[in-house]
Amino acid sequence: MGEETVKVVDATGSFCPGPLMELIAQLRDAEIGDVLELLSSDKGSAQDVPVWINKVGHEMLGSEEKDGVWHIRVRKVK
Amino acid sequence: MKILIVGGGMGGTILANNLARRLHEELHGGKAQITMLSASDRHMYQPGLLYVALGRMMPQELYRDQRGLLEPEIEFHVDPVEEFGLDQHQVRTKSGKTYSYDVLVIATGSRIFPDGVPGLKENAEFFYTEESAVRMFKRLREFKGGRVVVAVGMPHKCPMAPLEITFMLYDYFKDRGLLDKVKLHYTYPIGRTHSLENVAKWATPEFERLGISYETLFNMKEVDGVGKVVRSEEGTEAPYDLLISIPAHKGMEVIEKNGLGKSGWIPTDRYRLNMEGRDNVFVLGDTTNLPISKAGSTAHFEADALAENLAAMIRIGSPVRDYDGKVFCFIEAGKDRATYAMFNYQNPPNPKPPTRAVHWFKTAYNRLYWASARGLL
Ligand SMILES: Cc1cc2nc3c(=O)[nH]c(=O)nc-3n(C[C@H](O)[C@H](O)[C@H](O)COP(=O)(O)OP(=O)(O)OC[C@H]3O[C@@H](n4cnc5c(N)ncnc54)[C@H](O)[C@@H]3O)c2cc1C
Repeated sequence: MGEETVKVVDATGSFCPGPLMELIAQLRDAEIGDVLELLSSDKGSAQDVPVWINKVGHEMLGSEEKDGVWHIRVRKVK
Repeated sequence: MKILIVGGGMGGTILANNLARRLHEELHGGKAQITMLSASDRHMYQPGLLYVALGRMMPQELYRDQRGLLEPEIEFHVDPVEEFGLDQHQVRTKSGKTYSYDVLVIATGSRIFPDGVPGLKENAEFFYTEESAVRMFKRLREFKGGRVVVAVGMPHKCPMAPLEITFMLYDYFKDRGLLDKVKLHYTYPIGRTHSLENVAKWATPEFERLGISYETLFNMKEVDGVGKVVRSEEGTEAPYDLLISIPAHKGMEVIEKNGLGKSGWIPTDRYRLNMEGRDNVFVLGDTTNLPISKAGSTAHFEADALAENLAAMIRIGSPVRDYDGKVFCFIEAGKDRATYAMFNYQNPPNPKPPTRAVHWFKTAYNRLYWASARGLL
């Protein structure tokens, strides 16, 4: 999967529930198998979004914080 | 100094009147001028719609003549803005007129946007407009029992409305002796029953006590009006006999069309309330992108801070205070009990157990609002 392209969803500066709503909208338009990387500066969302991904059943690929911005990577699986 | 206020709702009206009082001398001496452009000659007290939907207020009680609410020095035109020329410091209106300004304030509000969820508009009852609130009440009166789903989208104005309508519906069905035939179910987009954590901590046990079921992390995807079911993005379903919804909102179309902000929300400085990147454009109320509640009280407290600052800028050339994020919301916990949430950027709310006294205070405020819009309260 070396060629995999990642679509970045930049929701920095937006607060709960902004980042989650943004991710939901982008995932709706994505194809199955696509990887999205959500950027969020909101701590509450960094906790909520993985719980949401888990409930929906998409694949959570990872979450890391760099300079106050969380990078949450998810693969659309259905 | 020409001050142009676009929008004659809660934020615009409170600002205009407050400013007119502060700048009495300058307005009479020709040193300042306040003009308001709005889309309607009537002013609606939107929080009253909650009561219209339950047959407890008549729509006619919610309106006043906008001109009559304004201080006489304010020039007022019903002529909605269609184009914002921020670089030229002017706007163009529906009638084709151009208004120039030194300071522009945008307070055009927000609206429900059910179109984002297929089937929602056709199958749900709403109470965020006069027409829909009246229709919802008529549906409620005919309702004999079954599953009632209150489905919430985000963002939306009035953060407490989802809880209030749910608790008030509970009492409505109780009073009509229908409680044993009705099953109330509540859905909410994020991982708890309310966006404010302490409000969720209060509401969740209330739901449990009253036997109201709920599903969190439920984002409406589509409504199937034949199968009578709401499907979520998360893959779950909420079957209903009566669907009541607070759909996700957008700002006004004119904001998005003019490129002032995505989905009609204008990027705004949280303390100074200026539009980001513009020193002479300010934003009030629902149309900001601020991470605080879209509520009348937000618009009110923002207007107070902005009026003080604009007057100070005219008088001493500098603003004098920051908006601290203050919001105050009543929360109706049924037909005759209420609590409230007060918070700002620093301090979260901490709702107390509901009482009758707070409910009566809210009922009184439903009338007192007009004094507040005039700037007397
Ligand atoms: C059912 C319901 C219950 C609510 N309950 C509460 C409550 O209990 N407590 C609370 O604090 N808040 C409550 N609210 C929210 C509150 O009403 C809003 O947050 C508040 O009105 C926002 O004020 P605003 O000035 O931003 O916008 P608005 O009051 O909506 O005013 C917008 C104005 O802009 C004008 N306009 C629109 N487009 C244009 C244009 N192109 N050019 C010029 N003018 C334009 C409109 O005519 C209007 O006058 C409730 C709202 C609803 C619908």
